[in-house]
Amino acid sequence: MEGESIYEVDSEDGVGADIISTVEFNHTGELLATGDKGGRVVIFQREPESKNEPYIQGEYNVYSTFQSHEPEFDYLKSLEIEEKINKIKWLPQQNAAHSLLSTNDKTIKLWKVTERDKRPEGYNLKDEEGKLKDLSTVTSLQVPVLKPMDLMVEVTPRRIFANGHTYHVNSISVNSDCETYMSADDLRINLWHLAITDRSFNIVDIKPANMEDLTEVITASEFHPHHCNLFVYSSSKGSLRLCDMRASALCDKHSKLFEEPEDPSNRSFFSEIISSVSDVKFSHSGRYMLTRDYLTVKVWDLNMETKPIETYQVHDYLRSKLCSLYENDCIFDKFECAWNGSDSVIMTGAYNNFFRMFDRNTKRDVTLEASRESSKPRAILKPRRVCVGGKRRKDDISVDSLDFTKKILHTAWHPTENIIAIAATNNLYIFQDKVNSEMH
Amino acid sequence: MGEEEGLHQTQLLDTMFVRGLKRKCFDGEEDIEGTLAGFKAIPSYNLQRQSLLDMSLVKLQLCHMLVEPNLCRSVLIANTVRQIQEEMTQDGTWQMINTQSAGQTSLDRLVSTDILCRSSKEQAEGKLVPVYSTFAKDCEGTQSQDNSEIMSTVTSPQVPRNLQSNMWEMENPQENRGNFQKSLDQIFETLENKSPNTVEDLFSEVDNSYYDLDTVLTGMMSNTKMGHCDLETFPSQTSANSNSNCKSDLNELDHIVEILVES
Repeated sequence: MEGESIYEVDSEDGVGADIISTVEFNHTGELLATGDKGGRVVIFQREPESKNEPYIQGEYNVYSTFQSHEPEFDYLKSLEIEEKINKIKWLPQQNAAHSLLSTNDKTIKLWKVTERDKRPEGYNLKDEEGKLKDLSTVTSLQVPVLKPMDLMVEVTPRRIFANGHTYHVNSISVNSDCETYMSADDLRINLWHLAITDRSFNIVDIKPANMEDLTEVITASEFHPHHCNLFVYSSSKGSLRLCDMRASALCDKHSKLFEEPEDPSNRSFFSEIISSVSDVKFSHSGRYMLTRDYLTVKVWDLNMETKPIETYQVHDYLRSKLCSLYENDCIFDKFECAWNGSDSVIMTGAYNNFFRMFDRNTKRDVTLEASRESSKPRAILKPRRVCVGGKRRKDDISVDSLDFTKKILHTAWHPTENIIAIAATNNLYIFQDKVNSEMH
Repeated sequence: MGEEEGLHQTQLLDTMFVRGLKRKCFDGEEDIEGTLAGFKAIPSYNLQRQSLLDMSLVKLQLCHMLVEPNLCRSVLIANTVRQIQEEMTQDGTWQMINTQSAGQTSLDRLVSTDILCRSSKEQAEGKLVPVYSTFAKDCEGTQSQDNSEIMSTVTSPQVPRNLQSNMWEMENPQENRGNFQKSLDQIFETLENKSPNTVEDLFSEVDNSYYDLDTVLTGMMSNTKMGHCDLETFPSQTSANSNSNCKSDLNELDHIVEILVES
């Protein structure tokens, strides 16, 4: 699958605060939200298609920017709480306004995004600037009328869900019932009602009585897209647990445990670390789950717990470099994964600003690069290749010259079209497949 | 370690760990010659494994010092450390069995692994990581069978003495094991109870055995100022470790203190 680079957003200073930490399309794909390390959220809106200017069809432009979270200080533990946005999830749209949840390590906030394109004019008691009129000058009464104005996007915090988590929140997921959502930290998962902020239900708790016995943490979790009682959570040991909230109030006992037995020939001291699942996503159909661990992406069928139905190697050439990657901490990088709208193609990021796509039907895969040098606006991406010794073609990159500081951790796929959003450090890339703009 | 050196070392580790892993599975019935041939490569494997262990400990301590450590990362590193120690314990047993013909050296080695297994019980603070206590039991379980064969020439009163002398003359391997057992304890406990002095907390207990020496020295100095040395103050401060060897060390300390006082 080849794409076309449409748009690139570059934040101003490019240092620290502007590293993009999450990317998420809304349910129609009209809006795209990004969160960054500085606690800001930037929402992009897709320009409507226009017959007059077909070449700007589908461009995403900045719609709104707001500061979601600020750094805080936990006085009890003498620790700073980072303002970095870990996850953003859109709520299904129920009226003219858009709503999204954004979270940092500790606090989840519900934001309402509204448009204002009219304003009332002709008040009796106030003048144009809002100052009170001198009543002696008022001779007649008038009814204020709504006049059009420049579009203004207002974002207001509607709910703040605080003090629910002792550990760092890694995932949030809105339930299909559109009333509840869950938030997961390293050891616990809480269920919230969107309208209630002063309490939440704890539905999973894997904290051992003695912290010395701790060997496993929760790494990601998600609600099933259709069944409001089902959710899955992944662990640092590479297992997935599907839980049914109808079974009990505390879902410590899973309904299904998805775990692939370890391959003894590949066993090393790093086996557990590379098996840790960094992301889990249900397919749009709800039948499959996609997981990402350090070297592979796997597709699981909900009906089969013993092993995944498909396994794709993302960058197996790193298997012999695990000790170096352990030393420089890259082995702990958490890559995300994504499905396309029809669940036929899966995508995930890698190093050197590469990202990979796997077609489940044709079994073909491609490596593409998101970089300013290689993609001018509307340039066509060409596939990249990493060579592992042996014969080397022109434009191949050798494993040793990969840049491990350029990692694509966050990617998102438009819900229906072949449009992808790639976050590369502080740059947001949006690629479109112009050749096949409809799903196939 | 310098960056270049570190890179080189880890490159070596990369190749070592890719190759050396298949030797991990030792069954009881494997032919001895095969394992002996394997052992020729093992010393460097051990070195690399030790290096990985040291690296992991540094990582754990570093994240201990961070403002808010990443719990997932800490848990994964701690599990790696446990895994290495588990393997080292198993290999230690293997080395002992294969060198039983070596005589005196084997006894020393036997004692040192015995300490490894017992040190988790005889730590001054009495803190136990449950994982290590089970290892200790496993170790003792296997050793009791071998003790009857190999230890026949060594009388039981002598073993405690060797044990104690080795504890006093603690070299790095023992220290490391004691250290990281305590490190894992403290890391998980203090992850809940964060304080700015986490580093000092970590090290304050590690050096406890030497703290006693310091108090001894101070005690000795104050006593010498008074005109006489009171050896009886010593057992009250280090009652857990009092034995004949302590007294010999104490005499040395006495000697050193006299020199200090005179100068």
